[in-house]
Amino acid sequence: MLTSVLTRPRPEQTPRASRPSAARRRVGATPRAFYWMVVPAVAVFALLHTVPVLIGIFFSFTNYAGFGSWDFVGFGNFIALFQDDRVLTAYGFTFGFAIVATILTNVISLAIAVGLNAKIAFQSTFRGIFFIPYVLAILVVGYVFQYFFANSLPRILSNVPVFRDNILTNPDWAWTAIVALAVWQACAFAIILYLAGLQTIPQELYEASAIDGATPGRQFRSITFPMISAFFTINMVLSLKGFLQTFDHIVALTAGGPGTSTESITLLIFRGGFQGGEFAYQSANAVLFVIVIMLVSFLQFRVLQRTEADF
Amino acid sequence: MAITIDSPATVEPASPRAARDSRGVRRIKDNRTRINWWATMLIAVCAITVLVPLYFAVITALKTPDQLGGTGFALPTSVHWENFADAWTLTKFPQALMNTALITVGAVILTLLTNSLVAYAIARNLHTPFFTGVYFYLLSAIFIPFPIIMLPVVKETALFGLDNQVGLILLYAVFGLSLNVFIYVAFIKSIPIELEEAAYTDGATTWRVYWQIIFPLLTPMNATVGILTCVWAWNDFILPLVVLSDPAARTLQLSQFVFQGQFNTNYSAAFASYLMAMAPLLIVYIFAQRWVISGVMRGSIK
Repeated sequence: MLTSVLTRPRPEQTPRASRPSAARRRVGATPRAFYWMVVPAVAVFALLHTVPVLIGIFFSFTNYAGFGSWDFVGFGNFIALFQDDRVLTAYGFTFGFAIVATILTNVISLAIAVGLNAKIAFQSTFRGIFFIPYVLAILVVGYVFQYFFANSLPRILSNVPVFRDNILTNPDWAWTAIVALAVWQACAFAIILYLAGLQTIPQELYEASAIDGATPGRQFRSITFPMISAFFTINMVLSLKGFLQTFDHIVALTAGGPGTSTESITLLIFRGGFQGGEFAYQSANAVLFVIVIMLVSFLQFRVLQRTEADF
Repeated sequence: MAITIDSPATVEPASPRAARDSRGVRRIKDNRTRINWWATMLIAVCAITVLVPLYFAVITALKTPDQLGGTGFALPTSVHWENFADAWTLTKFPQALMNTALITVGAVILTLLTNSLVAYAIARNLHTPFFTGVYFYLLSAIFIPFPIIMLPVVKETALFGLDNQVGLILLYAVFGLSLNVFIYVAFIKSIPIELEEAAYTDGATTWRVYWQIIFPLLTPMNATVGILTCVWAWNDFILPLVVLSDPAARTLQLSQFVFQGQFNTNYSAAFASYLMAMAPLLIVYIFAQRWVISGVMRGSIK
């Protein structure tokens, strides 16, 4: 079983299609080799990606605990989700965190990208430094941040009320520490995306507008931002989608605590599904979550693309 | 100053319009040649924010437990290399490193070979309904977030005996397929088909054309996909966490998580262990910096 599954995605090892030349010479016919290139890989993809999605949807209508027998319960799980305080808290936290982190990430990285794109000294060195967080594991960086927030920050800011005690154990403010880690890490990739966008803008536009007396602020509003608005849309959608699924950050910093105040939806699905015997219930949660994420991404595209068209 | 003298605008300084032009011209030339030190300083301050956590990690990893305390930013009074030895044995570092390296290298190789092949077949047959259908089927999967796959895929991998390093390699190649096919197809469409037609005329098979003509031409995209896959597989935490069942198969990131509890009394060893987990990719990045950044940029423009 194992070997047969493994060899399937490597069609280049399969024997050559039996009649390759005859089929190819016919005008308009697709050589069979092309089917051999695609079909096995797509079959494995369906087995390991599409089938799990369907299984998840299927079990969301049952009361399966992850083991033993199960029955259909209709929409029971979905109704229960909306009455579950833990689920509602998780959604509230996840969305609050994701929205704040998305805005901060995009504002900061756009500013840094514009700065990096200007005539500055040591340009490539700085660019290299800003990209470092991208190659570091969030979990490991998170542990470093965790020690910093728990042991160093209270001593550095010993006069500031919120920071005087370990902020990670403060139910009202622990999320800000998670935002700090998330933004620190996510800016790396966003900066590179924005830089790629900025480099597509022809220099002549700035020269022409400078001749017409445009200030740098006006140039940003009238040239830079409209020209990279497609990159802005993509970055906003990707960041929000990524932050909504946050997991590593929280495991490293707070493990969902104190209480369940920083428990993200992904963490809740993981805990309930694997440790709490809630396979079906959390599958329903995942189905709901997927619908929410797709809706949010779709809405974001619509709204942001409308602003793109305005320019 | 020579610039303004050369510019024709100075010939008639009486007109206000011309005066503005000359100012504009001078500013352009200045922008092109002069370094903006204010921007440099601002960027430098931001760059320090990126480096501070790394500095913090390095100095903490070099301290003895009794040097900890205070703000934590002071340099160590004496260097304590034993932390690394402690972390090495405590987290079974060699084993974890081997697992992560095996999974990452395996995932990159499998992804490059299979995903580019699928993309090639799709890109050259987009006029047929079958391949168009396959293309949109794969693309639609980009929008499906991981949480819904998480619970069932664990059951599946356990059932097929794929709850090990080999299974992870396969999962990275499969889960990356959607995005990678998207990146490859856009690139392959820009390769002129005449090259392939010439090869077919000389009697080459489709497989040979792919392997000897297309795959070498894909090198820039292979670099992009390889970098993205490498960083993802090396730093991933959630997939190894849910899929791997045997403790001996633990990856570097997973072992940081598992041994976290045992570091309660020894933060220095913990930080030494974090550094060792970050180091391999960081070192590769430092040496291949330009190449990595341009690779990622190339992927993002597509």
